[in-house]
Amino acid sequence: MEFDYIAPKSIREAIFTLRKYDGKAKVIAGGTDLLIQIRNKEIAPEYLVDITGIPELDRIRYDEKEGLRIGALTTIRTLETSTEVQQRYPIISEAASQLGSMAIRNVATIGGNLCNAAPSAESAPALIGLSAVVKILGLEGERVVPLEDFFTGPGGTILKKEELLVEIQVPIPSPNARGIYLKHSTRGTIDLAIVNIAVVITLGSQNEVCEDIKIVLGAVASTPMRIKKAEEVLRSKRFDEDLVNQSAQVASGEAHPISDVRASAEYRKEMVRVFTKRAIREALVQ
Amino acid sequence: MKHPIKLRVNGIEEEVFVEPWWSLAYVLREELGLIGVKVGCDTGNCGTCTVLVNGKAVKSCLFLALKAGGKEITTIEGLSGRNGELHPLQQAFIDHWAVQCGYCTPGMIIAAKALLDENPNASEDEIRLGMNGNLCRCTGYVKIIEAIMAAGEKLKGY
Repeated sequence: MEFDYIAPKSIREAIFTLRKYDGKAKVIAGGTDLLIQIRNKEIAPEYLVDITGIPELDRIRYDEKEGLRIGALTTIRTLETSTEVQQRYPIISEAASQLGSMAIRNVATIGGNLCNAAPSAESAPALIGLSAVVKILGLEGERVVPLEDFFTGPGGTILKKEELLVEIQVPIPSPNARGIYLKHSTRGTIDLAIVNIAVVITLGSQNEVCEDIKIVLGAVASTPMRIKKAEEVLRSKRFDEDLVNQSAQVASGEAHPISDVRASAEYRKEMVRVFTKRAIREALVQ
Repeated sequence: MKHPIKLRVNGIEEEVFVEPWWSLAYVLREELGLIGVKVGCDTGNCGTCTVLVNGKAVKSCLFLALKAGGKEITTIEGLSGRNGELHPLQQAFIDHWAVQCGYCTPGMIIAAKALLDENPNASEDEIRLGMNGNLCRCTGYVKIIEAIMAAGEKLKGY
């Protein structure tokens, strides 16, 4: 498990270091996922490029027009406890609070959680539900990609070898929006999710009509996934028990989970149905 | 190839030469002799390796030693006073029989200190949730939570 360690002081230096080592280098931020993968011999980088020394990447900024901008090195604990995030985007704080334990959250970063790209990534469903985009820097400059399109598979993202995710941008939600994040796991927050879900609803007239809805599931496909067909069941309709049940059923049908140590595929499919219904109901009574 | 780092451990400036892949837990134990820091699962789950880095609880088995350069580290050895007086948390663990085999204890006490430092008025529920990164195979947790709550009360008077 031998590697060398480089700590660049700027994004530019980091990108050029990654290019120099051409696939033999891995970015490390908190390292709470990466070090386990290295010890398990899932990966064997020759160089670790520690980006936590790069200034300016751990800021959270809020602006009434631009919305929320979260630096990739923001720790999960900061997201959990930031009063700004708790007040304006409580679903993000809620998701952050469900990741691991306090000591892990103190070190783990939002950028790392997304780039590690586990299908059950704690922060992904809520951010996708809020239509977040990610800002990526590379040799050719900057590009911005919807988070929904960021993941390619378990552990896979659209990042090129020498690219860095630097910021997550979350637009201003509608004043009538409400969101819920639920994580179903064996032992609370310290386990990976069996199923995790974010539902973001924008209410229409008299709070009875679903003006818009996003339903995002994690851990039941190769990436966190928006279930558009389940959303369509409710979009522009009046909320009622039957439609919510129907939407949950559709979500369950769309999920294609695997069986693993945490749960069987059949159980996960059923939990998708249960938790979709629960999340929608809880969002409505907020 | 070893890199030199300087860190302040329990109030003492230390300089050590570390291989890049060494964890902070390894360096604290093997290079600095602080064997109060335990290694249990070595995967960041059990919490027995918990130390404070700049006052925050960190799982030292998952924290590269090189990341600790320039930082302030506190281990269980650093909690007692200059004359060996026990920290209220340490005393509370004794008074409330919160120690059986003792292996989880250093991590528990350090995590509890971090929790109470951030939230001196933590409720029982908040303590239970905040301590969920520390596992104990012996006690069933009841006495540990009692000890932390008692220490919390004591510390409010400080």
